[in-house]
Amino acid sequence: MDFDRVDKILKAYGMKETHLVSILLDIQTEANFLPREILSYVAKKLGIPLSQVCRFATFYKAFSLKPRGRHVIKTCLGTACHVRGAVKVLQTIERELGIRDGDTTRDFKFTLETVNCLGACALGPLVVIDNDYYGQMNTTKVPKMLKDY
Amino acid sequence: MITLAVDNQEITVKEGTTLLKASEKLGIEIPTLCYHEGLLPYGACRLCVVEIFKEKENRMVAACSFPVEEGMKVVTSSDRVLKRRRMIVEFLLSRCPDVKTIKDLADRMGIKKPRFKSKNLDCILCGLCVRVCNEIAGIGAIGFVSRGKKLKVDTPFHMASDVCIGCGACSSVCPTDAIEMELDAVKRFLELLGSEHKCRYALMGLISYKVCSNNYECWKCKIDQRIRDALGTHPIFAAKKIKKEKVNQYFSFLKKIQE
Repeated sequence: MDFDRVDKILKAYGMKETHLVSILLDIQTEANFLPREILSYVAKKLGIPLSQVCRFATFYKAFSLKPRGRHVIKTCLGTACHVRGAVKVLQTIERELGIRDGDTTRDFKFTLETVNCLGACALGPLVVIDNDYYGQMNTTKVPKMLKDY
Repeated sequence: MITLAVDNQEITVKEGTTLLKASEKLGIEIPTLCYHEGLLPYGACRLCVVEIFKEKENRMVAACSFPVEEGMKVVTSSDRVLKRRRMIVEFLLSRCPDVKTIKDLADRMGIKKPRFKSKNLDCILCGLCVRVCNEIAGIGAIGFVSRGKKLKVDTPFHMASDVCIGCGACSSVCPTDAIEMELDAVKRFLELLGSEHKCRYALMGLISYKVCSNNYECWKCKIDQRIRDALGTHPIFAAKKIKKEKVNQYFSFLKKIQE
Protein backbone atom coordinates (compact mmCIF):
# COMPACT_ATOMS: atom_id res chain seq x y z
CA MET A 1 0.00 0.00 0.00
CA ASP A 2 1.46 3.36 -0.99
CA PHE A 3 1.02 6.81 0.48
CA ASP A 4 -1.08 8.07 -2.47
CA ARG A 5 -3.79 5.58 -1.53
CA VAL A 6 -3.65 6.79 2.08
CA ASP A 7 -3.95 10.38 0.86
CA LYS A 8 -7.09 9.46 -1.07
CA ILE A 9 -8.66 7.81 1.98
CA LEU A 10 -7.74 10.80 4.15
CA LYS A 11 -9.26 13.20 1.63
CA ALA A 12 -12.47 11.16 1.44
CA TYR A 13 -12.90 11.75 5.16
CA GLY A 14 -12.00 15.44 4.92
CA MET A 15 -8.71 15.14 6.85
CA LYS A 16 -10.63 15.17 10.13
CA GLU A 17 -9.29 13.41 13.21
CA THR A 18 -12.84 12.59 14.31
CA HIS A 19 -12.95 10.04 11.49
CA LEU A 20 -9.79 8.30 12.65
CA VAL A 21 -11.45 4.91 13.23
CA SER A 22 -13.07 4.91 9.78
CA ILE A 23 -9.78 5.91 8.17
CA LEU A 24 -7.92 3.12 9.94
CA LEU A 25 -10.62 0.61 8.98
CA ASP A 26 -10.33 1.60 5.30
CA ILE A 27 -6.55 1.26 5.44
CA GLN A 28 -6.89 -2.11 7.13
CA THR A 29 -9.26 -3.39 4.40
CA GLU A 30 -6.78 -2.41 1.70
CA ALA A 31 -3.47 -3.32 3.32
CA ASN A 32 -4.81 -6.24 5.37
CA PHE A 33 -3.13 -4.82 8.48
CA LEU A 34 -1.87 -1.47 9.82
CA PRO A 35 1.79 -0.92 8.86
CA ARG A 36 3.83 1.25 11.23
CA GLU A 37 4.98 3.73 8.61
CA ILE A 38 1.40 4.29 7.45
CA LEU A 39 0.24 4.96 11.00
CA SER A 40 3.03 7.55 11.38
CA TYR A 41 1.99 9.08 8.06
CA VAL A 42 -1.67 9.29 9.12
CA ALA A 43 -0.69 10.93 12.41
CA LYS A 44 1.46 13.48 10.61
CA LYS A 45 -1.23 14.30 8.04
CA LEU A 46 -3.99 14.66 10.62
CA GLY A 47 -1.77 16.70 12.91
CA ILE A 48 -2.25 14.49 15.97
CA PRO A 49 0.40 12.68 18.02
CA LEU A 50 1.33 9.17 16.89
CA SER A 51 0.58 7.92 20.40
CA GLN A 52 -3.07 8.81 19.92
CA VAL A 53 -3.30 6.90 16.64
CA CYS A 54 -1.65 3.93 18.34
CA ARG A 55 -4.12 4.13 21.18
CA PHE A 56 -6.98 3.58 18.73
CA ALA A 57 -5.12 0.99 16.71
CA THR A 58 -4.35 -1.13 19.78
CA PHE A 59 -7.73 -0.62 21.47
CA TYR A 60 -9.99 -2.29 18.91
CA LYS A 61 -9.68 -5.97 18.18
CA ALA A 62 -10.62 -5.31 14.54
CA PHE A 63 -7.26 -3.65 13.96
CA SER A 64 -4.10 -5.67 13.57
CA LEU A 65 -0.55 -4.32 13.73
CA LYS A 66 0.85 -7.57 12.43
CA PRO A 67 0.45 -8.80 8.83
CA ARG A 68 -2.53 -11.11 8.51
CA GLY A 69 -3.22 -14.06 6.23
CA ARG A 70 -5.40 -14.00 3.13
CA HIS A 71 -8.14 -15.86 4.99
CA VAL A 72 -9.13 -15.13 8.58
CA ILE A 73 -10.52 -18.08 10.55
CA LYS A 74 -12.76 -17.08 13.43
CA THR A 75 -13.54 -19.81 15.90
CA CYS A 76 -16.42 -19.12 18.25
CA LEU A 77 -15.72 -19.90 21.90
CA GLY A 78 -19.00 -18.54 23.29
CA THR A 79 -20.91 -20.48 25.92
CA ALA A 80 -23.16 -22.41 23.53
CA CYS A 81 -20.26 -23.34 21.23
CA HIS A 82 -18.00 -24.09 24.19
CA VAL A 83 -20.32 -26.70 25.72
CA ARG A 84 -20.66 -28.42 22.36
CA GLY A 85 -16.91 -28.84 22.00
CA ALA A 86 -15.58 -25.67 20.37
CA VAL A 87 -12.29 -26.04 22.27
CA LYS A 88 -11.61 -29.38 20.58
CA VAL A 89 -12.41 -27.86 17.18
CA LEU A 90 -9.99 -25.02 17.92
CA GLN A 91 -7.29 -27.47 18.99
CA THR A 92 -7.75 -29.46 15.79
CA ILE A 93 -7.42 -26.33 13.64
CA GLU A 94 -4.32 -25.33 15.59
CA ARG A 95 -2.81 -28.76 14.99
CA GLU A 96 -3.75 -28.85 11.30
CA LEU A 97 -2.24 -25.44 10.58
CA GLY A 98 0.60 -25.63 13.10
CA ILE A 99 -0.21 -22.23 14.60
CA ARG A 100 -1.64 -20.90 17.84
CA ASP A 101 -4.65 -18.66 18.40
CA GLY A 102 -3.81 -15.17 17.10
CA ASP A 103 -1.01 -16.36 14.79
CA THR A 104 -0.63 -16.45 11.02
CA THR A 105 0.69 -19.36 8.98
CA ARG A 106 4.10 -18.93 7.39
CA ASP A 107 2.73 -18.78 3.84
CA PHE A 108 0.27 -16.04 4.96
CA LYS A 109 -2.69 -18.17 3.93
CA PHE A 110 -4.55 -18.32 7.26
CA THR A 111 -4.85 -16.24 10.41
CA LEU A 112 -6.51 -17.93 13.37
CA GLU A 113 -8.62 -15.89 15.77
CA THR A 114 -11.10 -16.66 18.52
CA VAL A 115 -14.29 -14.71 19.18
CA ASN A 116 -16.56 -14.85 22.18
CA CYS A 117 -19.88 -15.07 20.36
CA LEU A 118 -21.00 -14.73 16.77
CA GLY A 119 -24.70 -14.58 17.58
CA ALA A 120 -25.52 -17.79 15.75
CA CYS A 121 -25.57 -20.14 18.72
CA ALA A 122 -28.01 -22.58 17.04
CA LEU A 123 -25.23 -23.41 14.56
CA GLY A 124 -22.62 -24.07 17.25
CA PRO A 125 -19.84 -25.03 17.37
CA LEU A 126 -19.29 -22.38 14.73
CA VAL A 127 -16.28 -21.49 12.60
CA VAL A 128 -16.28 -18.56 10.18
CA ILE A 129 -13.71 -18.26 7.40
CA ASP A 130 -13.85 -14.84 5.72
CA ASN A 131 -17.64 -14.65 5.23
CA ASP A 132 -18.47 -18.36 5.01
CA TYR A 133 -20.16 -19.97 8.02
CA TYR A 134 -19.33 -23.55 8.97
CA GLY A 135 -21.92 -24.67 11.52
CA GLN A 136 -22.20 -27.83 13.64
CA MET A 137 -18.45 -28.31 13.43
CA ASN A 138 -16.58 -31.28 14.80
CA THR A 139 -12.99 -32.44 14.66
CA THR A 140 -13.51 -34.66 11.59
CA LYS A 141 -14.96 -31.84 9.51
CA VAL A 142 -11.96 -29.55 10.06
CA PRO A 143 -9.52 -30.93 7.39
CA LYS A 144 -12.29 -30.90 4.78
CA MET A 145 -13.18 -27.31 5.63
CA LEU A 146 -9.58 -26.16 5.32
CA LYS A 147 -9.20 -27.93 1.96
CA ASP A 148 -11.72 -25.53 0.39
CA TYR A 149 -9.09 -22.77 0.49
CA MET B 1 -23.05 32.47 41.21
CA ILE B 2 -24.28 29.21 42.66
CA THR B 3 -25.00 28.37 46.29
CA LEU B 4 -24.62 24.83 47.55
CA ALA B 5 -23.97 23.03 50.82
CA VAL B 6 -20.92 20.85 51.41
CA ASP B 7 -21.10 18.84 54.63
CA ASN B 8 -23.82 21.20 55.95
CA GLN B 9 -21.68 24.31 55.32
CA GLU B 10 -23.06 26.78 52.79
CA ILE B 11 -20.79 28.22 50.11
CA THR B 12 -21.29 30.40 47.05
CA VAL B 13 -19.04 29.75 44.07
CA LYS B 14 -18.84 30.61 40.39
CA GLU B 15 -20.70 28.56 37.82
CA GLY B 16 -18.63 25.72 36.43
CA THR B 17 -16.57 25.18 39.57
CA THR B 18 -16.04 21.53 40.41
CA LEU B 19 -17.16 20.01 43.71
CA LEU B 20 -13.53 19.38 44.60
CA LYS B 21 -12.63 23.07 44.28
CA ALA B 22 -15.71 24.12 46.25
CA SER B 23 -14.94 21.81 49.16
CA GLU B 24 -11.31 22.88 49.03
CA LYS B 25 -12.47 26.43 49.68
CA LEU B 26 -14.23 25.24 52.82
CA GLY B 27 -11.13 23.39 53.93
CA ILE B 28 -12.67 19.95 53.47
CA GLU B 29 -10.11 17.47 52.29
CA ILE B 30 -10.98 14.93 49.60
CA PRO B 31 -8.29 12.40 48.64
CA THR B 32 -7.27 12.35 44.97
CA LEU B 33 -4.74 10.55 42.82
CA CYS B 34 -5.42 11.44 39.21
CA TYR B 35 -6.18 15.13 39.80
CA HIS B 36 -3.70 17.92 39.00
CA GLU B 37 -4.42 21.63 39.17
CA GLY B 38 -2.78 22.47 35.87
CA LEU B 39 -4.61 19.80 33.93
CA LEU B 40 -8.17 19.15 32.85
CA PRO B 41 -10.21 16.91 35.16
CA TYR B 42 -10.11 13.28 34.13
CA GLY B 43 -11.92 11.18 36.74
CA ALA B 44 -9.89 8.02 36.38
CA CYS B 45 -9.13 6.97 39.95
CA ARG B 46 -12.62 7.64 41.41
CA LEU B 47 -10.99 8.16 44.79
CA CYS B 48 -12.71 11.55 45.12
CA VAL B 49 -16.24 10.07 45.14
CA VAL B 50 -18.81 12.09 47.09
CA GLU B 51 -22.53 11.65 47.63
CA ILE B 52 -24.85 14.33 46.22
CA PHE B 53 -28.46 15.08 47.15
CA LYS B 54 -30.66 17.21 44.95
CA GLU B 55 -34.41 17.19 45.27
CA LYS B 56 -35.23 13.46 44.92
CA GLU B 57 -31.88 12.63 43.34
CA ASN B 58 -29.19 10.88 45.36
CA ARG B 59 -26.08 9.46 43.76
CA MET B 60 -22.31 9.09 43.88
CA VAL B 61 -20.16 11.28 41.62
CA ALA B 62 -16.47 12.04 41.14
CA ALA B 63 -15.86 15.40 42.83
CA CYS B 64 -12.89 16.30 40.62
CA SER B 65 -14.99 16.53 37.45
CA PHE B 66 -18.56 17.20 38.62
CA PRO B 67 -19.70 20.83 38.30
CA VAL B 68 -21.66 22.53 41.09
CA GLU B 69 -25.45 22.95 40.80
CA GLU B 70 -27.85 25.29 42.57
CA GLY B 71 -29.26 23.95 45.84
CA MET B 72 -27.11 20.84 45.80
CA LYS B 73 -26.19 19.08 49.04
CA VAL B 74 -22.83 17.32 49.07
CA VAL B 75 -21.68 14.78 51.67
CA THR B 76 -17.97 14.04 51.48
CA SER B 77 -17.60 11.45 54.22
CA SER B 78 -20.79 9.44 54.65
CA ASP B 79 -20.55 5.71 55.36
CA ARG B 80 -21.45 4.94 51.78
CA VAL B 81 -18.66 7.20 50.44
CA LEU B 82 -16.05 5.85 52.83
CA LYS B 83 -16.99 2.27 52.01
CA ARG B 84 -16.56 2.90 48.31
CA ARG B 85 -13.26 4.71 48.81
CA ARG B 86 -11.96 1.84 50.92
CA MET B 87 -12.85 -0.57 48.15
CA ILE B 88 -10.99 1.50 45.55
CA VAL B 89 -7.89 1.75 47.72
CA GLU B 90 -8.02 -1.98 48.38
CA PHE B 91 -8.04 -2.66 44.65
CA LEU B 92 -5.17 -0.24 44.11
CA LEU B 93 -3.20 -1.79 46.97
CA SER B 94 -3.55 -5.24 45.47
CA ARG B 95 -2.34 -3.87 42.14
CA CYS B 96 0.66 -1.97 43.56
CA PRO B 97 1.51 -3.22 47.07
CA ASP B 98 4.95 -1.57 47.12
CA VAL B 99 3.99 2.00 46.20
CA LYS B 100 4.37 4.48 49.06
CA THR B 101 1.46 6.75 48.09
CA ILE B 102 -0.97 3.86 47.97
CA LYS B 103 0.39 2.34 51.19
CA ASP B 104 -0.10 5.63 53.03
CA LEU B 105 -3.67 5.87 51.76
CA ALA B 106 -4.38 2.31 52.85
CA ASP B 107 -2.88 2.99 56.28
CA ARG B 108 -5.13 5.99 56.70
CA MET B 109 -8.19 3.95 55.79
CA GLY B 110 -7.17 1.04 57.97
CA ILE B 111 -6.56 -1.53 55.24
CA LYS B 112 -3.79 -3.91 56.20
CA LYS B 113 -3.84 -6.57 53.53
CA PRO B 114 -5.94 -6.61 50.37
CA ARG B 115 -8.20 -9.60 49.87
CA PHE B 116 -7.24 -9.88 46.21
CA LYS B 117 -4.32 -11.43 44.42
CA SER B 118 -1.31 -9.12 44.32
CA LYS B 119 -0.02 -7.94 40.95
CA ASN B 120 3.10 -6.05 41.97
CA LEU B 121 2.91 -3.22 39.47
CA ASP B 122 3.94 0.43 39.76
CA CYS B 123 1.50 2.19 37.46
CA ILE B 124 -2.09 2.85 38.54
CA LEU B 125 -3.12 4.12 35.07
CA CYS B 126 -4.21 7.52 36.37
CA GLY B 127 -3.25 9.04 33.03
CA LEU B 128 -1.42 12.04 34.53
CA CYS B 129 1.76 11.45 32.52
CA VAL B 130 -0.19 11.03 29.29
CA ARG B 131 -2.18 14.19 29.94
CA VAL B 132 0.79 16.32 30.98
CA CYS B 133 2.63 15.26 27.82
CA ASN B 134 -0.38 16.13 25.66
CA GLU B 135 -1.74 19.23 27.37
CA ILE B 136 1.29 20.99 28.79
CA ALA B 137 4.31 19.84 26.86
CA GLY B 138 2.12 19.54 23.77
CA ILE B 139 4.04 16.60 22.43
CA GLY B 140 2.13 13.38 23.03
CA ALA B 141 5.15 11.12 23.14
CA ILE B 142 3.42 8.60 25.39
CA GLY B 143 -0.11 7.28 25.35
CA PHE B 144 -2.31 4.43 26.47
CA VAL B 145 -1.83 1.19 24.60
CA SER B 146 -4.21 -1.77 24.39
CA ARG B 147 -7.19 -2.09 26.71
CA GLY B 148 -8.77 -3.88 29.63
CA LYS B 149 -6.32 -5.73 31.83
CA LYS B 150 -3.59 -5.31 29.21
CA LEU B 151 -3.88 -1.51 29.28
CA LYS B 152 -0.59 0.29 29.90
CA VAL B 153 1.21 3.56 29.23
CA ASP B 154 3.74 3.20 26.46
CA THR B 155 5.41 4.90 23.50
CA PRO B 156 4.10 4.05 20.02
CA PHE B 157 5.16 0.50 19.05
CA HIS B 158 7.15 0.20 22.31
CA MET B 159 10.15 1.91 20.69
CA ALA B 160 12.37 4.76 21.89
CA SER B 161 10.40 7.89 21.10
CA ASP B 162 11.75 10.30 18.51
CA VAL B 163 9.48 13.17 19.58
CA CYS B 164 10.16 13.04 23.36
CA ILE B 165 12.08 16.13 24.48
CA GLY B 166 13.02 14.66 27.83
CA CYS B 167 11.35 17.43 29.81
CA GLY B 168 10.67 15.09 32.71
CA ALA B 169 7.13 16.36 33.23
CA CYS B 170 5.68 12.83 33.15
CA SER B 171 8.08 11.71 35.85
CA SER B 172 7.39 14.72 38.04
CA VAL B 173 3.58 14.38 38.05
CA CYS B 174 3.53 10.61 38.55
CA PRO B 175 1.90 9.92 41.95
CA THR B 176 3.47 6.46 42.24
CA ASP B 177 6.98 7.13 40.87
CA ALA B 178 6.46 4.62 38.09
CA ILE B 179 8.32 6.67 35.47
CA GLU B 180 12.06 6.96 35.78
CA MET B 181 14.25 9.59 34.09
CA GLU B 182 17.23 8.20 32.26
CA LEU B 183 20.36 10.29 32.00
CA ASP B 184 22.50 7.66 30.33
CA ALA B 185 22.52 9.69 27.17
CA VAL B 186 24.67 12.36 28.85
CA LYS B 187 27.68 10.22 28.14
CA ARG B 188 26.88 10.09 24.47
CA PHE B 189 26.57 13.86 24.44
CA LEU B 190 30.08 14.40 25.86
CA GLU B 191 31.46 13.49 22.49
CA LEU B 192 29.53 16.23 20.69
CA LEU B 193 31.04 19.60 19.90
CA GLY B 194 29.82 23.12 19.16
CA SER B 195 26.85 25.15 20.29
CA GLU B 196 24.63 22.15 21.04
CA HIS B 197 26.13 22.22 24.54
CA LYS B 198 24.04 25.19 25.52
CA CYS B 199 20.60 23.61 25.21
CA ARG B 200 19.31 22.16 28.46
CA TYR B 201 17.59 19.32 26.73
CA ALA B 202 20.57 18.63 24.55
CA LEU B 203 22.73 18.70 27.70
CA MET B 204 20.56 15.95 29.07
CA GLY B 205 21.36 14.10 25.90
CA LEU B 206 17.70 13.66 25.28
CA ILE B 207 17.23 15.65 22.08
CA SER B 208 19.35 16.09 19.01
CA TYR B 209 18.27 19.50 17.66
CA LYS B 210 21.23 20.97 15.84
CA VAL B 211 19.89 24.52 15.83
CA CYS B 212 17.74 26.15 18.54
CA SER B 213 15.08 28.52 17.23
CA ASN B 214 15.38 30.66 20.40
CA ASN B 215 19.13 31.15 20.01
CA TYR B 216 19.77 29.03 23.12
CA GLU B 217 17.94 31.40 25.45
CA CYS B 218 16.00 28.89 27.49
CA TRP B 219 13.70 31.40 29.21
CA LYS B 220 12.23 32.02 25.77
CA CYS B 221 11.61 28.35 25.17
CA LYS B 222 7.87 27.80 24.97
CA ILE B 223 8.03 24.29 26.34
CA ASP B 224 10.04 25.36 29.37
CA GLN B 225 7.68 28.21 30.13
CA ARG B 226 4.53 26.14 29.81
CA ILE B 227 5.79 23.35 32.01
CA ARG B 228 7.11 25.74 34.66
CA ASP B 229 3.76 27.57 34.81
CA ALA B 230 1.83 24.35 35.22
CA LEU B 231 4.06 22.49 37.64
CA GLY B 232 5.53 25.33 39.70
CA THR B 233 9.12 24.18 39.27
CA HIS B 234 11.21 23.27 36.33
CA PRO B 235 10.48 19.66 35.44
CA ILE B 236 14.10 18.64 35.46
CA PHE B 237 14.39 19.57 39.11
CA ALA B 238 11.00 18.09 39.83
CA ALA B 239 11.86 14.75 38.24
CA LYS B 240 11.63 12.34 41.12
CA LYS B 241 13.39 9.21 40.10
CA ILE B 242 16.94 10.00 39.08
CA LYS B 243 19.72 7.94 40.57
CA LYS B 244 22.11 10.01 42.69
CA GLU B 245 25.29 9.20 40.77
CA LYS B 246 23.62 10.28 37.58
CA VAL B 247 22.64 13.65 39.02
CA ASN B 248 26.22 14.26 40.18
CA GLN B 249 27.49 13.23 36.79
CA TYR B 250 25.13 15.72 35.18
CA PHE B 251 26.10 18.64 37.43
CA SER B 252 29.85 18.03 37.16
CA PHE B 253 29.36 18.01 33.43
CA LEU B 254 27.54 21.36 33.62
CA LYS B 255 30.45 22.91 35.56
CA LYS B 256 32.97 21.63 33.05
CA ILE B 257 31.20 23.44 30.24
CA GLN B 258 30.81 26.70 32.17
CA GLU B 259 34.56 26.82 32.75
